[in-house]
Amino acid sequence: MEKLLEWVDARFPLTKVWKEHLAEYYAPKNFNFWYYFGSLAMLVLVIQIVTGIFLTMHYKPDVNLAFASVEYIMRDVPWGWLIRYMHSTGASAFFIVVYLHMFRALLYGSHRGPRELVWILGAVIFVALMAEAFMGYLLPWGNMSYWGAQVIINLFDAIPFVGPALSEWIRGDFVVSDATLNRFFAFHVIAVPLVLVMLVFLHIVALHKVGSNNPDGIEIKAHKGPDGKPLDGIPFHPYYTVKDIVGVVVFLMLYAAVIFWAPEMGGWFLEHDNFVPANILQTPPEIVPLWYFTPFYSILRACTSDYMIYLAIFLAVIASLTAVRLRGLLAKGAVLGGTALVIVGLFTLEAKLWGVVAMGASIVILFFLPWLDQSPVKSIRYKGPIYKTALAVFAVAFVVLGYVGTKPPEGLYKALAQIGTILYFAFFAFMPWYTRIDRTKPVPERVT
Amino acid sequence: MSTDGVDKQRRRFLIGLTSGVGAVGVAFAATPFVLSMLPSARARAAGAPVEVDISKLEPGQLLTVEWRGKPVWVLRRTPAMLATLPKLAGDLADPNSENAQQPPYVKGVERAIQPEYFVAIGLCTHLGCSPEQKLEAGKASGLGDDWPGGFFCPCHGSKFDLAGRVWKNVPAPTNLVIPPHAYLSDTQIIIGKDPEGGQKTAQAGHRPTGVQTDGGNA
Repeated sequence: MEKLLEWVDARFPLTKVWKEHLAEYYAPKNFNFWYYFGSLAMLVLVIQIVTGIFLTMHYKPDVNLAFASVEYIMRDVPWGWLIRYMHSTGASAFFIVVYLHMFRALLYGSHRGPRELVWILGAVIFVALMAEAFMGYLLPWGNMSYWGAQVIINLFDAIPFVGPALSEWIRGDFVVSDATLNRFFAFHVIAVPLVLVMLVFLHIVALHKVGSNNPDGIEIKAHKGPDGKPLDGIPFHPYYTVKDIVGVVVFLMLYAAVIFWAPEMGGWFLEHDNFVPANILQTPPEIVPLWYFTPFYSILRACTSDYMIYLAIFLAVIASLTAVRLRGLLAKGAVLGGTALVIVGLFTLEAKLWGVVAMGASIVILFFLPWLDQSPVKSIRYKGPIYKTALAVFAVAFVVLGYVGTKPPEGLYKALAQIGTILYFAFFAFMPWYTRIDRTKPVPERVT
Repeated sequence: MSTDGVDKQRRRFLIGLTSGVGAVGVAFAATPFVLSMLPSARARAAGAPVEVDISKLEPGQLLTVEWRGKPVWVLRRTPAMLATLPKLAGDLADPNSENAQQPPYVKGVERAIQPEYFVAIGLCTHLGCSPEQKLEAGKASGLGDDWPGGFFCPCHGSKFDLAGRVWKNVPAPTNLVIPPHAYLSDTQIIIGKDPEGGQKTAQAGHRPTGVQTDGGNA
């Protein structure tokens, strides 16, 4: 056996990779509950790929056959119902895990230097994951699949000049049709999963280069023992592999409970309107995306023409604050001038376009997070009351946006969506200021 | 190999040149793949006009037919419905249909060839949901006591009147699109074709959401 390993090691860095990334990859010793979700996300990715392969064996990407082939999987394929429910529940589980994983970063400053690229690669994974989920949702060719795709693809129409041509190019037709279903199938089963796997690989490569953050937000590499190993680090294997197995077991218990007892989750994981085949003449009475898209959907819907005045005030405040901070007249002028142009646009261009822009911006702003946070400390444990309040308000706003996204956009729901949208953006946009003036606590030398 | 006497400037030029040629090659190679995703010849050819029999349509009734994969409404309006149309100008974003979403032979606040019959593509101009029919005025519609009757898009709350004109302060930017259509007889409408001898279909000002307006003369 040892001979075989030597033979392999002479030709492939097997032992080296094992040591660098598992047995001698030193992770901080104080990981807590929040650190389960990275490995769980990988687990769900594997579940989705494996169940997806087996679903592909029976599914037919054809408008006349798709809906029936899903029913065939559910009724006639041995254990097909289980594989499909694992896949559909896996989609929601993926987003639950990923949202918690991202929230962990906001708690402990895992996006802060030197981990900016880890965060950015993660944000790209999030975008790819949304594309994957969206395209997968068309495949059953239920009525919500059809109208959901219709609405989301039509978002691109709002882009000036190229919009209509772009949405035709995406659909491959003038309406969502067989061409659309076929290409979404291709993207969902091969293109996006390949990209996702590669991105996850890069995410981990970047993480292992800089090392994991921890709940104290302290760099463990700053205190190394005489052997060159971080004093507050423990080898990932076996310590965290074993810890993660505990997380996996708990996760699988919850996951299995949903699969066996509530695969539809009362319409939250599988919408009732999707048990009806696509009907191009009849939009479902209340069209809502699946729960993981609803916060962004709310931001989209919040932008009506009577809302523009509030957006304009918000932008003006941010621009003035930025201009005051910037040095140099040219930079000040550029910021104020650019903002003035956008504000003019708010009142002259269609509100629909701004809804799309706001929804896009709510994702794009994530990429800037590492530089928006100017606090001298990383972890919430040592951050001051302002950040704690801001994060709490943001979390509540995100959940409220998600909830009202499932409700008709009228009255109180519309108002809540509009307030929530401002709060969502305020969390990011004012971050450079409130993190600077916040009263932080002294950070200990070593992890606690 | 000795690196003495390497002309760095020349080397940089050659690297730049080869990379540039390579990039052009990639762009050329990508072109057929990108273009293959455009609507195919079959998709472009689809969409024959549809004939609709309106003889059995009662006043106040709405009939939905499919044309080019889209729902098209034919609504027979009652005199009471028509009477609401001129009064709504204050509530509407474009009461006179200045941002034309209709062929030029469709005129007036009724937005119809014959005021009694309203023909429109039943897709919201916001993001292409099919609005709900809230034809009855008042509280019965669930849209409040002063609702004059019309259409309500459940997706994002856009409202339209009984001539498909969009309300103010809703996400939809324009009135509902009226497809080219013509009367073959008193009881027969053809959708997707202009009236004989009538004016040609103008390209609608903005290409409405999810709606193909080219080839309107088919």
